[in-house]
Amino acid sequence: MATLAGPSRLVGAPIKRREDPRLIQGLSHYVDDIKLVNTLHCAFLRSDYAHAEIERIDTEAAKSLSGVVTVITGEDIQDKIGSVPCAAEIDGLKTPNHPVLAVARVRFVGEPVAAVVATDPYIARDALDLIEIEYRELPVVVDMDKAIEPDSPVIYEEFGDNIAFTMPLDAGDVDTAFAEADHVISRRLVNQRLIPIAMEPRGVLAEYLRGEGTLTVWSSTQIPHHLKTFLSLLVDFPEQRVRVIAPEVGGAFGSKLNVYAEEAVVAYLAIQLGKPVKWIEKRGENFTSTIHGRDQINYVEIAVNNDGTITGLRAKLLANMGAYYQLLTPIIPVLTYLMIPGAYKIPNIKLELIGVLTNKMATDAYRGAGRPEATYIIERMVDLAAQKLGMDPKIIRFKNFPQPDEFPFEIPTGIIYDSGNYQETFNKALGMIDYDDLRDQQAARRKRGEYVGIGICTYAEISGFGPSIGVAGGGWESSTVRIERTGKVTVLTGVSPHGQGQETSFAQIIADELGVDLDDIAVIHGDTGRQPQGIGTFGSRATPVGGTAMLVAGRQVKDKMAKLTAHLLEANPDDLVFENGKIFVQGSPAQAVEFATVAAEAHNAVSLPPDIEPGLEATHFFEPEKFTNPFGAHIAVVEVDPGTGEIDIQRYVAVDDIGHIINPLLVTGQVHGGIAQGLGQALYEGAVYDENGQLLTGTLMDYAVPKATQVPHVENDHTVTPSPANPMGIKGVGETGTIASTACVVNAVVDALSPLGVKDIEMPLTPNRVWQVIQDAKKGANA
Amino acid sequence: MIPGSFEYFAPTSVDEALALLKKNGEGAKLLAGGHSLIPTMKLRLAEPEVIVDLNRIGALKGISESGGTLIIGGLTTHYELETSVLVHRKIPLLAQTAAQIGDVQVRNKGTIGGSLAHGDPAADWPAAVLALDAEIKAVGQDGERQIKATDFFEDLYTTTLEPDEILTEIHIPIPGENTKGTYLKLPQIASGFALTGVAVLLTQVENVCNNVAVGVTGVSTVPYRAASVESDLRGKVLSSENIAAAAEKAVDGIDDVLEDIHASEAYRKNLAKVYTNRAIESVAS
Repeated sequence: MATLAGPSRLVGAPIKRREDPRLIQGLSHYVDDIKLVNTLHCAFLRSDYAHAEIERIDTEAAKSLSGVVTVITGEDIQDKIGSVPCAAEIDGLKTPNHPVLAVARVRFVGEPVAAVVATDPYIARDALDLIEIEYRELPVVVDMDKAIEPDSPVIYEEFGDNIAFTMPLDAGDVDTAFAEADHVISRRLVNQRLIPIAMEPRGVLAEYLRGEGTLTVWSSTQIPHHLKTFLSLLVDFPEQRVRVIAPEVGGAFGSKLNVYAEEAVVAYLAIQLGKPVKWIEKRGENFTSTIHGRDQINYVEIAVNNDGTITGLRAKLLANMGAYYQLLTPIIPVLTYLMIPGAYKIPNIKLELIGVLTNKMATDAYRGAGRPEATYIIERMVDLAAQKLGMDPKIIRFKNFPQPDEFPFEIPTGIIYDSGNYQETFNKALGMIDYDDLRDQQAARRKRGEYVGIGICTYAEISGFGPSIGVAGGGWESSTVRIERTGKVTVLTGVSPHGQGQETSFAQIIADELGVDLDDIAVIHGDTGRQPQGIGTFGSRATPVGGTAMLVAGRQVKDKMAKLTAHLLEANPDDLVFENGKIFVQGSPAQAVEFATVAAEAHNAVSLPPDIEPGLEATHFFEPEKFTNPFGAHIAVVEVDPGTGEIDIQRYVAVDDIGHIINPLLVTGQVHGGIAQGLGQALYEGAVYDENGQLLTGTLMDYAVPKATQVPHVENDHTVTPSPANPMGIKGVGETGTIASTACVVNAVVDALSPLGVKDIEMPLTPNRVWQVIQDAKKGANA
Repeated sequence: MIPGSFEYFAPTSVDEALALLKKNGEGAKLLAGGHSLIPTMKLRLAEPEVIVDLNRIGALKGISESGGTLIIGGLTTHYELETSVLVHRKIPLLAQTAAQIGDVQVRNKGTIGGSLAHGDPAADWPAAVLALDAEIKAVGQDGERQIKATDFFEDLYTTTLEPDEILTEIHIPIPGENTKGTYLKLPQIASGFALTGVAVLLTQVENVCNNVAVGVTGVSTVPYRAASVESDLRGKVLSSENIAAAAEKAVDGIDDVLEDIHASEAYRKNLAKVYTNRAIESVAS
């Protein structure tokens, strides 16, 4: 790769994940695998009601169960543990107090009400059944459209209504654009509520050592450094004595980008009881009480001319907050608001984003976080416009893309896209799938009575989070690169991988930089005791931001090593080459000095030049100047069975531009996983609450996440438009698939049914729903 | 997901198991593959006081042939039925059904007897055992009895097994010449259970339907034989028109059609017809 120094050996190579052998063999250590002597076990009693007053709690019977150490309620600890934090700063935002255990009132099913600590997890669970609570039920608010009506019951009397905030935008001259447009298309589009379902539920283990005065917390988290700071505040414990460790983390998808009530309660209990306390989330709790994603109702209008030019967009976006905020709850739909024009030049945009409080679990970041919603909105609307104009959806997209020479390209919401060539990427995807021929085949198959659809999604996203001005709590990242005395390399990073594979990709970057073997590099993460500073892994930021911090630290330590080597070899440091574990003057590999020898010299410190300190270690904080903007084109071919509504995805092509690629194998894995997750939203998933606020899809028997056999073969490729946001030209790949595939598949299914007059289908496209749409269409009730 | 406390027994004979059932009465539950019981216990929807684990009773396992009948031990796993050479040779419909149950882990642990005794209205086995005219052998305190498959399923999660009986064997007559079977299903995508599953056993001479049996699961509170379809098609030429007309009767006389968040009543009725049609079409030649 041209942007990297030195001969490129490993960057760009499809190296298998170094993490996998331990994962496959069951040798990893997740929170629950960490065993400390005398550990006590915590269990939470949760509200069965979506909205109720707590009239009485009686914990006596639970406390008297043999093996129970303590039982606490919200009243017991309301002055001792701070409220669950929210980092959102939005004008006019009404922020409810979010106690770690409910006080006087519960506001969603699954809200923690009491905590039991016992000598084993079975006793803790049994004790929950012995806690008596009397509730007085209150009117439940579940439906967003109704929640914002003036006569709706309110969840917080002090707020007066259920509107958390309103965020307007009026860019350009929207009214004129709509008045003068040849066509206006209006649609209500629902981005349904999803449940993240990480393979490993959450878990916390806390240990307080009274003598040392230290608190160590192991948590299944994406953000150990933020958690350390917040925990110190929540339980009033000095931050310099808190250490947070994210051990092996079995997936998160944003659901562990948070500070949860249970983390604070467990830490508090460990301090109070002087013994380690552990809580492992049950799958049922993971459904009700770990953050959910999406959940927006979008009222959208676009103005389009006969030639396909989109001149304006108007939208009212209702975003479901849930009953309380978690760390980023109100911020997530703001990303929808900012990214709503997608990959298109739309000069006139008017928006109203309304955050709505309901008696449900809080929403927050879930893979894509606001951007899949935006992509779904604009990609559906573009297809509806094409349908209205009788124009090929390919043509309308080309018509509205910015040109490559227009980048950096500013959209009316204020986001400046870093770099792009949307035409090249789209053309590549069209070529891979032989689009024009495919349309001919479709016409022939339609004549035979087959329902075949072709769906396109050309997306632009925002990622690589990001400049600190755009990321609550800071968007920088920190890394330390240390050459050990034996010449082995320790990389410490503030990012916190939990499946992404940076133990491999980061080592590839450093191996090339220092000319050492991959096996001689350890990438350490997820421990505030080892890497004191960091932000974490989310928003496709780990490699563009964290990888850059590491690269710069690596170059700093390399420079020092070069100076020392130059002193030993009596050479010019600028002439030195680092290769294959040796350092030598360019052109004289025979006179090389071993990398390990220089490392030993740096630590023995007897023949150092006067201006060189002992040791070989450098730390760098990288603050990105801008976001990155990956983009791409996905195309799906589906066939719908008109008798049953079943959908068969027959081809799926993904061309993503994520800038330069460190490890194409890891990238392919991210693309595949992302597409699977996006398909989940399109086809299978949806959190269903009933009118009483009970979660009906609270088990894996009722909530469908895609299984391996349900995911189609993906043909994927890339174009490479380097990002100017970082020296490696990386844009980030963690969310592209999720952002693109939902709209792509829905567009394909609607296209398949368009001969029946179908214009839209609400997600998820279950066979039942698709069949019903076909029945309605046949009766002439056009969707 | 922690169950309540219970006492655990692992008898090695049916008599021993029966004695434990007698002693502990309604508080006792039999454990076979555990794929239905254990999840309900973990959710504390079931809190049995005593678990009688049948897995060490060798007499309940295995597949054999005797006088034109396949005899399947109640504790035989779905995987064993899916892969048994004897089953493939004698009644491939059983292997075909087994292969569509749940996922690999479920098939490795789950058993045919456990599944039938649980009486889940959307399980896969009921369609096949109904279409195959199986008999279910149960052993109780007063000896054994054979229950016809058509008499076995009573209501939601309810069979005609008595609480103190043990399902020991399934007896299935081996179909004769000119008979072909199939099982087609649309799974509920999360659970893998059948939104509709149709098992068909068709005997045809030349192009005429000599006999047909249609077992339907997932559609109604009780799995059933689609008698109207069978009587309509019997003796008729197996033309697409005749098959389609017969399949239209797949829910005739069925008034307790299931409806839930996964599928409406109307959709399930439609599926029953469509899958009956496709299942018969696929075996008619």
